[in-house]
Amino acid sequence: MMELVCPAGTPAALRAAVEAGAHAVYCGFADETNARNFPGLNFSREEMAEGVAHAHARGAKVLVAINTFPRAGAEPVWHRAIADAERAGVDAVILADVGLLAHAAEAHPGLRLHLSVQAAAANPDVINLYASAFGVRRVVLPRVLTVEEIAAINREIDVETEVFVFGGLCVMAEGRCSLSSYVTGQSPNMNGVCSPASHVAYSEEGPDLVSRLGGFTIHRTPKGAPAPYPTLCKGCFTSEDQTGHIFEDPVSLDASHLVPRLARAGVSALKIEGRQRSRAYVAQVVRAFRAAVEAEAAGKPIPESALARLTEGQAATSGAYAKTWR
Amino acid sequence: MDLTVGPNFFFWDAAAVRQFYRSLANAPVARVVLGEVICSKRLPFWQDEIPQAVETLVAAGKQVAITSLALITLRRERRQTADLAGMGLPVEVNDLSALAHVPEGTPFWVGPLVNVYNEGSLRWLARRGATRVCLPPELPLASVTVLAQAGQELGIAVEAWGHGKLPLAISGRCYHARLHDRAKDNCQFVCGEDPDGRDVETLDGQKFLAVNGVQTLSQSTASMAWQVEPLRDAGVTALRLSPETGDFAALCASYSDRIAGRLSAADLSARLQSGGRRLSDGFLTGAAGMEWSGNRV
Repeated sequence: MMELVCPAGTPAALRAAVEAGAHAVYCGFADETNARNFPGLNFSREEMAEGVAHAHARGAKVLVAINTFPRAGAEPVWHRAIADAERAGVDAVILADVGLLAHAAEAHPGLRLHLSVQAAAANPDVINLYASAFGVRRVVLPRVLTVEEIAAINREIDVETEVFVFGGLCVMAEGRCSLSSYVTGQSPNMNGVCSPASHVAYSEEGPDLVSRLGGFTIHRTPKGAPAPYPTLCKGCFTSEDQTGHIFEDPVSLDASHLVPRLARAGVSALKIEGRQRSRAYVAQVVRAFRAAVEAEAAGKPIPESALARLTEGQAATSGAYAKTWR
Repeated sequence: MDLTVGPNFFFWDAAAVRQFYRSLANAPVARVVLGEVICSKRLPFWQDEIPQAVETLVAAGKQVAITSLALITLRRERRQTADLAGMGLPVEVNDLSALAHVPEGTPFWVGPLVNVYNEGSLRWLARRGATRVCLPPELPLASVTVLAQAGQELGIAVEAWGHGKLPLAISGRCYHARLHDRAKDNCQFVCGEDPDGRDVETLDGQKFLAVNGVQTLSQSTASMAWQVEPLRDAGVTALRLSPETGDFAALCASYSDRIAGRLSAADLSARLQSGGRRLSDGFLTGAAGMEWSGNRV
């Protein structure tokens, strides 16, 4: 059965995900070492150890994301996170930075290393390089590949692959985007945040609700209509005579119907995005996907009904998995 | 401190490429990186210009390197990348995948599209044979200072972004094709219509970004006009100038004059702004990348 890797932004979400059937949860420490460095989110050292004990007692794994790029002169902060994760007994750490990977391989030879999506390793050559240089055992693939390309990659590598199947969707190659820091000074790579709420401003102007990020207008929606969060790359912009969502519509990823094809492509693990989501949401999504991977493993059709509810009322895409997206 | 001309991000026809590299032969730059960095589909249209351009530049005393693509996914792109290592020039790695094809110990350069944020990354790259690194433009001056010093200890020359629209993101999706309602595989090379990228404004008409095929750039031109001294003090040994249309050799000369103290920061800025272009340098010392320190003086 494909492993279901589920988000845990809080200890409560971790327990909810495990109870709902997560094979593994991923989480981070409450600091700049992980790519969901949001206020009120993530784990203290004690909570991590408790979370690991809770998950292990129920047969689930804990993977810790330490996937921002360490700040020059402050690498010990990231090194401590790896040491503390190992001490807490986690099953793997998820890293993106080559300097950090080199450190982990050298200082923590017994610790299992996963390559974060933030490393955007998009072909067999670079995946094999990460495997031989650092002993990386699993690669989370960037959201720029089709299912066929993922299958081709799996034929040429010896390490496991994990792919995103549900939740927020980066349009750009992950870890290679500084749009957010251009506008707000804060980026996923350096600070673990994208389009931070601290830089969002809403204002009512005539018939419109306008949302701005760092002073730039991202959306203009009629008052009363649903106003999407002003994530930079999903805004409505103008280029010459065209106005629209030039990069991507305000959609999220739903690849649930691709579960059988991803299994045939040799994917080892399916990842659900959303460490910032509520535990109720996490539980619901995890339950639906657990049913899907169970059905797939048993050779049965994917139960549509469970997943339909999740995307109701919001636009979804299968993203780069279909070639036409490009 | 000297000047490096980076690879051209945009899709220019063969004649424009030829003219561009010819004009650089007499420009006051120490080195030039050329090759296709954004889209492998463009290369057949101008790759025959590369040998002549290399010959001209080498004869003019420039160091020359050949860049990898920024995002390598297709089999064809992997083959192209493997071929770079056999060209007899240093490869500038702009996707770590290229490293898989550079024999260990062979000297190579690292471009601004590779994430080098800390000493550990620099150390690992030095062990693999890196001799020159252009840092990601996103880095603040404090990081640049630490890395330039680490570079000196490791024998790596550290470059910083000097001039040009900022390379902010790379994607699997082609925005030029999308703007023309075409699939990437049937793009008909529409990015060639915009030799400096296609501008993107907000709904309120704010100048914002520029798209260039699968790449997203700032619409502002980043310029280190006011940052030459801080960067030199930090230990940065070269500024990278990113190709654009217009008299680029003259632009190189302006930066050369600025470095040599023959042109002031204010005069260089004024010269750059004369065509109405917006400048930025906020990644280095500002609160956000789009800011311009020229506004503070």
